[in-house]
Amino acid sequence: MTDAIIELKHVSKSFGGVVANRDISLAVPRGRITGLIGPNGSGKTTLFNSIVGYHPIDSGSICFEGREISRLRVQEIARQGMLRTFQTTRIYGKMSCLQNMLISIPHRKAGFFDMFASERRETIQRAEQLLAFVGLYDKRLLRAGSLSFGQQKLLEFAMALMNEPTVLLLDEPTAGINPTLINGLIDRLKRANSDFGITLFVIEHNMRAIMNMASTIYCLAHGELLAMGDPAAIQGDRRVIDAYLGAH
Amino acid sequence: MDQIISNISILEAAPIFNLGLLIDGLLIGSIFALAAYGLALVWGVMNVKNLAQGDFIMTGGYITWSLSTLGIHPLFGVPAAAVVLWALGWVLYRTVINKVITRDLFTSLLATFGIAIVIQQSLNLAFGPDTQSATTDLPTWDFADGLITVTATRLLGFVMAALLAIAVILFMKSSRMGQAIRATAQDARAARVLGIDTEKVYCFTFCLNAAICGAAGALVAMVWNVQPFMGTTYSIRLFVVVTAAGIGNLPGVIAAGFGMGVFEQFGGFVLGVQYQQALIVLLLLMVLAVRQLQQMRARQAVQ
Amino acid sequence: MNSSSLQSLVFWLLLLAGVAAPWLFPDYTNEIAVLWLMILFSSTWDILGGQMGYNSLGNIFFFGAGMYLSAVVQIGLFYDVAMYTSAARTTHIAFSNAQYFTGLGVGLLAAGVGSALLAVVIGWIVFGLRGPYFAIGTLGVAVAGAELVASWTWVGAASGISLPVFPGEPEAQRLFYYFLMFALSFVLLLFLRWLYGTNFGLALNAIRDDEEKAEAMGLHTRRYKRTAWVISAFFLGIAGSLFGNMTGFIEPRDIAFPTTTFNIFMVLMVLLGGKGTLWGPVVGATVFHVIKEVTWTYFLGWQYVTLGLLIVIIVVYFQQGIVGWIIERFPERFGTPLAPRVEPERARDVGLAAHPKAAE
Repeated sequence: MTDAIIELKHVSKSFGGVVANRDISLAVPRGRITGLIGPNGSGKTTLFNSIVGYHPIDSGSICFEGREISRLRVQEIARQGMLRTFQTTRIYGKMSCLQNMLISIPHRKAGFFDMFASERRETIQRAEQLLAFVGLYDKRLLRAGSLSFGQQKLLEFAMALMNEPTVLLLDEPTAGINPTLINGLIDRLKRANSDFGITLFVIEHNMRAIMNMASTIYCLAHGELLAMGDPAAIQGDRRVIDAYLGAH
Repeated sequence: MDQIISNISILEAAPIFNLGLLIDGLLIGSIFALAAYGLALVWGVMNVKNLAQGDFIMTGGYITWSLSTLGIHPLFGVPAAAVVLWALGWVLYRTVINKVITRDLFTSLLATFGIAIVIQQSLNLAFGPDTQSATTDLPTWDFADGLITVTATRLLGFVMAALLAIAVILFMKSSRMGQAIRATAQDARAARVLGIDTEKVYCFTFCLNAAICGAAGALVAMVWNVQPFMGTTYSIRLFVVVTAAGIGNLPGVIAAGFGMGVFEQFGGFVLGVQYQQALIVLLLLMVLAVRQLQQMRARQAVQ
Repeated sequence: MNSSSLQSLVFWLLLLAGVAAPWLFPDYTNEIAVLWLMILFSSTWDILGGQMGYNSLGNIFFFGAGMYLSAVVQIGLFYDVAMYTSAARTTHIAFSNAQYFTGLGVGLLAAGVGSALLAVVIGWIVFGLRGPYFAIGTLGVAVAGAELVASWTWVGAASGISLPVFPGEPEAQRLFYYFLMFALSFVLLLFLRWLYGTNFGLALNAIRDDEEKAEAMGLHTRRYKRTAWVISAFFLGIAGSLFGNMTGFIEPRDIAFPTTTFNIFMVLMVLLGGKGTLWGPVVGATVFHVIKEVTWTYFLGWQYVTLGLLIVIIVVYFQQGIVGWIIERFPERFGTPLAPRVEPERARDVGLAAHPKAAE
């Protein structure tokens, strides 16, 4: 198996009395697309939040490219190359699409005086190319908040690509998208992985989409890791089917 | 500085003094606790941080004082002020508050700040800038060779505040409107879906808070004194209490109210009355700083 | 004429107006100087409030701090400050011309740099707060400033300090400070025009639109917040020094740290003119100041009641502000255009309605 770019060992997280994640250990292989599935309330988004540093974990370890990141804050982890998209698509509503892209350049090496720089021609061209990649080139000067929901999701995706991440955690990328457009989105996700070399870790409810994209799938239920395997194995796994259908 | 040191040494030399300050603090703190409850109510139900809370209190106080100059005992000022403030709250809700509830939080903050200024200045124009107090002609009791004095007025204030608080809490627990209020506080949209008229709930809550402030103000006029610009100090005080305790934490708010009373008594004694405003503001900054540190552990911001 | 050359034209007009005003309205030099001050107040408030989304109720702290820092330097360079503040009320203490102007120069510098440094420290304290807590926390800072200075006898406590007297005719003093105040505000506007066109402007707006998203994208949000605060503080500090010298006498609660007047005015002016735009604060300040000056005398005694009412009216009914309204009305011309609204697909042409047999 290829080396793990993200490795979780015995991660647990509770909120008050509710255990959201219990003793979860998994590895996300570098350069591939990995899926995270499970019925509602199984703790998938909480796990994502823990990985990107949105809240501290109660116990366990999270390693990114071999380095322990469980004590770092969101900005620091983002600057190390791990980004996430949100379930409720988040973009900068009052700015134009192009401006959204320009502020999404990687800030890893930004020094103090870079705050006062204006963007160079190459950066603007790159932003426009990425907008074209997601099909938003025509809308690049329009206010981002006025785009349709699906278009905003694509913009969020393009912004993530602009940031040149090593890993991208996607929280339900196909949710709320018109079924006729989902194929196009899946295609772009796959190309982001194959052409740009970005590792993807994807939470999904759309089984067709995730089975199509992922090479490895993890299934959570009731806050615990239930099963793991390639799409065929997961689809045939009795425990996964029971978890979704609610059998006890 | 020397004054401060000598004040502290008095406290050390005569421990019984501390008891006196403690008792006074608790008696006055009861009024703070009552008003803080009202503030937390409006905050929790409507997400409106009422910067005019202290000025509502002063208005109630002035109503009581005016009545006392006409020969009416201040105790009747409590219901009178409550009724008048209820009406004022109703007017303010219909003209200003219901238009800013749905906007962002800063808008409601500014709006209540504007209301505060209008009230302060109107009180100043109507009653002049001197401090006033409503006398009750009740006895004062001495203990421990005169080192501790307990005025019956303060005791009366404490009892009234406690009775009012109990009345409000019972109301919230058992009446239909009380239940509606609690439901709306938890989830306004769900409450609407279940048929609760949230608009009425908001209006009622705001009026209730105004009435509570009116009653508290009447007690303040009896127990302490009122002045048109003292409202700001009260507002900051109550804000500190609610922030320190946390909105949903009713017993915490009451306890913090008492704590505030005690803290101010000791602080006022040690540092002197002229530092009162500064002390309260510094306390506010400290509470906010502590909150920040707490939130930083959970990697959130204070919002 | 595109928007960039329109902007340049406005700047030239502003420059012309500012230079010509003392000759056109010689009796109102001080009032117009205060107008420039108001423009500075609203523009600096807008950096944090409008562009970055952090509504500060404590900016006046830096105004007052600059005022006092400058006064201490202007006096302290030549005399013992404690002696001056206690004696100045009874005896007249003289400064030579050279002393006055050197003191002023160093004082202005101290005011700007000192306020900037204070901003770094205070920024640590307040930037963990968001939304209303930030507003109240900063208000607390401003009130604390007023109270602490008011009890500090070294700087005259609540009685204040009389500043060195300008060596020259009152007319000359008025013109001198008018041009300094105008120059400061004009430079600020030029600076902001440049600043908002760089990454800094984009970053501020991103923080305003969605700070958590900005953090999740790796933006150095803390760096930007602190720098914005420091920039505001720097200009406010120098303005404080100028205003103190213009008035000739400074005092903590009503002149240096006026929490219920200037401090709130800056918010109102920006709301009136339009948050988050370069010219909104300028328009708002002008309209507000003119209306206030004209009506203040008529509402004698009721000034503050009208002020409170004005606050409520502006806050409730003028959410967008004048320039904001213009931008919303003509987004192609003045702002970022919106995407055209998409017509919902007509039900007849898609889905089961088009393929009734599919439902069976």
